[in-house]
Amino acid sequence: MPTQTIIITLIALLIFSYFLGQKRSIAVSSINNGRRDLHSRPHYYGYMVAIWAGIPAVLILLLWTAFNNSIVTSLTISTLPESMQTQSKDSLGLVVNELRNLADSGQIADEADPIKREAASHYQRLQGISKLAKTVIVLVVALLGMIYAWRLINPELRARNVVEKVIRVAMILCACIAILSTVGIVFSVLFESIRFFEAVPPSDFLFGTKWSPQTSIRSDQVGSSGSFGAIPLFVGTLLISTIALVIAVPLGLMSAIYLSEYASKSVRAFAKPTLEILAGIPTVVYGFFAALTVAPFLRDLGESIGLSVASESALAAGLVMGIMIIPFVSSLSDDVISAVPQAMRDGSYGMGATKSETIRQVIIPAALPGIVGGILLAASRAIGETMIVVMAAGLSAKLTINPLEAVTTVTVQIVTLLTGDQEFDSPKTLAAFALGLGLFVITLLLNIVALHIIRKYREQYE
Amino acid sequence: MSDILNTVPGMPSADSLERSEVKPENHRSEFDVEINGTVGKPFVDNAKMSSRNCNVFYGDKQAIFDVDLDIGNNEILAMIGPSGCGKSTYLRVLNRMNDTIPICRVEGEHTLDGEDIYGKKTDPVLLRARVGMVFQKPNPFPKSIYDNVAYGARLHGLASNRSELDDLVEASLIKAGLFKEVKDDLQKPGTGLSGGQQQRLCIARAIAVDPEVILMDEPTSALDPIATATIEELMDELKSKYTIAIVTHSMQQAARVSQRTAYFHLGKLVEVNETDKVFTNPEHQLTENYITGRFG
Ligand SMILES: Nc1ncnc2c1ncn2[C@@H]1O[C@H](COP(=O)(O)OP(=O)(O)OP(=O)(O)O)[C@@H](O)[C@H]1O
Ligand SMILES: [Mg+2]
Repeated sequence: MPTQTIIITLIALLIFSYFLGQKRSIAVSSINNGRRDLHSRPHYYGYMVAIWAGIPAVLILLLWTAFNNSIVTSLTISTLPESMQTQSKDSLGLVVNELRNLADSGQIADEADPIKREAASHYQRLQGISKLAKTVIVLVVALLGMIYAWRLINPELRARNVVEKVIRVAMILCACIAILSTVGIVFSVLFESIRFFEAVPPSDFLFGTKWSPQTSIRSDQVGSSGSFGAIPLFVGTLLISTIALVIAVPLGLMSAIYLSEYASKSVRAFAKPTLEILAGIPTVVYGFFAALTVAPFLRDLGESIGLSVASESALAAGLVMGIMIIPFVSSLSDDVISAVPQAMRDGSYGMGATKSETIRQVIIPAALPGIVGGILLAASRAIGETMIVVMAAGLSAKLTINPLEAVTTVTVQIVTLLTGDQEFDSPKTLAAFALGLGLFVITLLLNIVALHIIRKYREQYE
Repeated sequence: MSDILNTVPGMPSADSLERSEVKPENHRSEFDVEINGTVGKPFVDNAKMSSRNCNVFYGDKQAIFDVDLDIGNNEILAMIGPSGCGKSTYLRVLNRMNDTIPICRVEGEHTLDGEDIYGKKTDPVLLRARVGMVFQKPNPFPKSIYDNVAYGARLHGLASNRSELDDLVEASLIKAGLFKEVKDDLQKPGTGLSGGQQQRLCIARAIAVDPEVILMDEPTSALDPIATATIEELMDELKSKYTIAIVTHSMQQAARVSQRTAYFHLGKLVEVNETDKVFTNPEHQLTENYITGRFG
């Protein structure tokens, strides 16, 4: 039976065991004072039987699927002649692949080499056995679990507690998966960065002001030795993000205040979704808007007042990025501002405060954690944004804080480092991981700072 | 159950409970009584605030019907009545707090010192600085205790320097009977206080801006008897300078603190009279029913 069929059968079995458990619990109980003397409501017994039937079976299914291939392959290899087994890892892998293809395509008879023919059919046989065994074992375990739980049912059995414990464990597992994947990503980035720092000293990376990652392919090539000073990239990133935030924070906050405090219901109903659409526009659209409309406009404007503006400038990218992240600030702030209780406003108005005084002194402080959260989200978006920068701010890693010049950012360089055919071990590709690590550290710091701000200025209501 | 009730000393026996439930039959039900205008003395000579033909609507629903009422200068007026009869609504008319409820519409002439408070020239912000309010539910700001009390003083520039502000905060907290409990924690958040302490904080906050009229909506409903006594003393003291309207569910409190008492019923002002008279010899049948505890 293929795995899908097993799963469908299993689901049918689980539904069946749910009803079985429910029925059974009603059958074993007696009606006492109009209430069944069961410890838990009948459906909990149903869930419990389903859990017993499902969890062991699913675990076995998962483990089996995970280890099936490697076991079958190694069994197949062990039947190969000695000479083939001692081959290098790579060529052995090739042979195994060949055998697998043979077995899967069903054209074993066409193979010229008798050894391979033999091995391929052995492989095929093993796979068949494994599949059958898997089906039988999984379904039998499910049935056994169901019967076991069915026999457990009696009125004193605390089915609700069992079910709740299982649910709690399941939720803990989900949380762990989320946390572990984060940790996993961080560590893989960390290890690759360490490899990079073996080739390039960290001080060069952290404090170098020249970024040109072209390394020589052959050692006798002249010139391009590659320099990995990341300062221009981080400065570029901060420059563009700062421009974006300078645009987005006031605009977003003001529109949030307008929407939640001043706008009439009908304006709000129309304006809020419209503003949120901004967040839904693909960044590549913003990118060409920045490159084709905003950048030339800025250049012409600069020319007319005698400033030289590069045709790709940090300002153009930052402006457009600022527009893009407005909804992150406004939408979140609007929600938290609207959530400040009316009693708080009444208290302030009742003291003779004006609307703006109330907003400044009571509402904003009370909503501050949410507002900071929104700004933080917007900042992370700005720092991580790539497409707009590629299209509007260019690729030249110039160390400057003049927003009228072309700059580049960390994320853009990661993209250029990793696109195209690359040798994975060269410092050039590994540099991407180091840059990624740098970004990660920056966002982490940003989070810590924001948490601090919130803790310091938070004004709790309730 | 009834056995237990009967054996607990001091508890009314189950039989007497049952009897008291059937009792109202030989009284007139609240729906038999016509309310034709207000009986008693709704008007005074030295009115601080007054309302004529006050009607209040929440959307299509009318909450206050044709109320005429004066609040005399330096007087404490108590407002009593069953829950939902419109006491809070009427109180909020007097400092235009109902403006903050979009569906709420207020009709009639309302004056403070003879000036129309709903007039075009009146600024509700200035009005509310003169007519302060203590709300039914304590609503301290999410700020420190000190900042809560100093809030209004800062808004209106009542203190010219820090030490004046300190004095003002301390004096207000003392008057509200809260200072002893919080004098070491002035920088702690006001929202961390207990419900009764929060209510006293709100009272301190309201008196700190030195309003002319103070509207109190059940200010002591969450307080223990000792704190209640402090607040009642405060009201007595304040009355020489201020005018106070207080909503209360406690008849004893109304009797203790107020000079006149107004009885509201289903949005109508049924009776206004000297407090003594209301509680000893009410003119209206509904008032009598209410104060003798037959309904409400
Ligand atoms: N914001 C509002 N929106 C709609 N209706 C309201 C609103 N506030 C009060 N009402 C209605 O107005 C009527 C009077 O309410 P109000 O709060 O003035 O009663 P109250 O006398 O203060 O009662 P309580 O003693 O329970 O505080 C009630 O029927 C209530 O349903
Ligand atoms: Mg009320």
